Amino acid sequence: MTQIKFENVVKIYKFGDHELKVLDNISISIEKGEFVCIMGPSGSGKSTFMNIVGCLDTPTSGKYFFEGVDVSTFGLDELAEIRNKKIGFVFQQFNLLPRATALENVELPLIYAGISAKERKEKALETLSWVGLKEKANVYPRQLSGGQQQRVAIARALVNNPAIILADEPTGNLDSKSSMEIMEIFKRLNEEQGLTTIIVTHEPDIASFGRRQIRFLDGKILSDTKT
Amino acid sequence: MIAISSIINIALRSLIANAMRSFLAILGIIIGVGAVVTMVAIGTGASEKISNQISSIGSNLILILPGATTQGGIRMGHGTIQTLTMADSEAIARECSAVVAVAPVISGTAQVVFGNQNWSTAVMGTTPEMVTVREWELISGRFITEQDVRSGTKVAVIGQTVAEKLFGDLDPVGKLIRIKKIPFEVIGVLDKKGQTLTGQDQDDIIYVPITTSQRTLFGNILPGRVRLIYAKAASLEAIPTATEQIKTLLRQRHRIGPNQEDDFTVMDLTQMLKAAEESTRTMSILLGAIASVSLIVGGIGIMNIMLVSVTERTREIGIRMAVGAKPGDIRLQFLIEAVFLTTIGGIFGLLLGIGTSLIVSSIMQWPVSISPIAAIIAFGFSAFVGIFFGFYPAYKASILNPIEALRYE
Repeated sequence: MTQIKFENVVKIYKFGDHELKVLDNISISIEKGEFVCIMGPSGSGKSTFMNIVGCLDTPTSGKYFFEGVDVSTFGLDELAEIRNKKIGFVFQQFNLLPRATALENVELPLIYAGISAKERKEKALETLSWVGLKEKANVYPRQLSGGQQQRVAIARALVNNPAIILADEPTGNLDSKSSMEIMEIFKRLNEEQGLTTIIVTHEPDIASFGRRQIRFLDGKILSDTKT
Repeated sequence: MIAISSIINIALRSLIANAMRSFLAILGIIIGVGAVVTMVAIGTGASEKISNQISSIGSNLILILPGATTQGGIRMGHGTIQTLTMADSEAIARECSAVVAVAPVISGTAQVVFGNQNWSTAVMGTTPEMVTVREWELISGRFITEQDVRSGTKVAVIGQTVAEKLFGDLDPVGKLIRIKKIPFEVIGVLDKKGQTLTGQDQDDIIYVPITTSQRTLFGNILPGRVRLIYAKAASLEAIPTATEQIKTLLRQRHRIGPNQEDDFTVMDLTQMLKAAEESTRTMSILLGAIASVSLIVGGIGIMNIMLVSVTERTREIGIRMAVGAKPGDIRLQFLIEAVFLTTIGGIFGLLLGIGTSLIVSSIMQWPVSISPIAAIIAFGFSAFVGIFFGFYPAYKASILNPIEALRYE
């Protein structure tokens, strides 16, 4: 099944009179269960690509089919609902809420899914256990190491059973040992649960986890290789 | 749809996390609501005090004063000629249907002595109807009777102030006092009425039978003439009718031609009451309006803090949006935070206002009246201020672009 399909997607940013074409006529398909790594220098368009895939942004022109549905014309509320139910984000800076405990951070997507407090807690605890942080449930992010924080963030991304995981340089702020642990989690998720995974990275050894590498340059796809 | 309880929980937690700032933000609301409650309480209290004072003179009271003479083009004051008679008084009682009681008065000032105490006071010769007209109770003894008036007995009913000055703790009833050196038996003591609006002590008074006062005390008044006549209308609404009836009757009795001026004046307290009520209402509104300004200033304070809060929490908003918060969810969260702040401010403001009102009333001896309606309005208004001034910051938060919000440092 085709999870993600871009058809002639163009994204233009306007700065006054100046126009910047960040994505230049991108057409690409990603199947369900793929493990994709996105590479490319800054300004190559990879972040914009991720934002559109993650329904945080919409194309200027062209079409984006998510599970066969054209979401390029969706409104803000509909996009929020797709993000909530279908997409799990993992960020370089973890982006946990500092004043919420690990458990509460994991519960966050469930709040917006309208799930009851009791069920939220059960599901969040279950997911935290899955990333090996059950005993840290009531700890605040600042009391956790970088690797642990990223595992909480992954739990948050997974808690509402998304269809895809989008990770923007998830190991960018981690040491090599933690990086490997995090990548092992992504690998396990992809292999055991068949979760479509897309990771942006600069590091070749991280990119080697993926079974498909897409390189961006100047808003275009430079190469698309499967290993 | 996100549950409201979750949003309230989120809002509450962020307010607690910024406890000091939250407190400072609501301080304006506390002061605003407190000021409104206090000002309205003071205004209402003052207006109640004034109405009480006015009604203590006697409700539905009509005063009939003799006319003024004109001597060589100079108009003298009321009572310079004695145009009113006992017969006028009886005629009013008999013929004016809107009048329920009439009491004529022959009055003057006299020195009163009891034992080694003496006191100068107003002595009013009147009839038994006076207690009805003035709605005045006795605390001991009895009032003047028809019998007293007929036979001109030397009896006196004294007010509280006179009783205090002459008798101290003694029971005055049955004692002999001397008015202008003439002995009078005290037969009753009147209940306390307090001061009039103009600060006159209503309890500094002695009532004697009208006949006695004319014959033995104030001989300068011609027999059958009276100083003034008190009349009581059947009701507040009957006052204009009663006034008209009295005027018509007296003009007829005094044989005043159609083009001639009255030789008497009829006055009632309704105009005074209306004027006093008008002025206190104006004062209440003015005080309330001034206090409301501080509530609006408080609201602007809330808006300011909420805007800072939105900016500071841009990243949090981005995270919430990324995990699926809709613009409406974000807007509701910040709106609830603002309403929460102002409502808590409203509660504390209410307590502050009640406290201040009580302190003002005890220190300044100023009557206050805390009306539940004013409290509810102040409280409701503070919640409204939260919605009104919280809306713009909440709206700003909801239209943030999640990508930029997530990148915000």
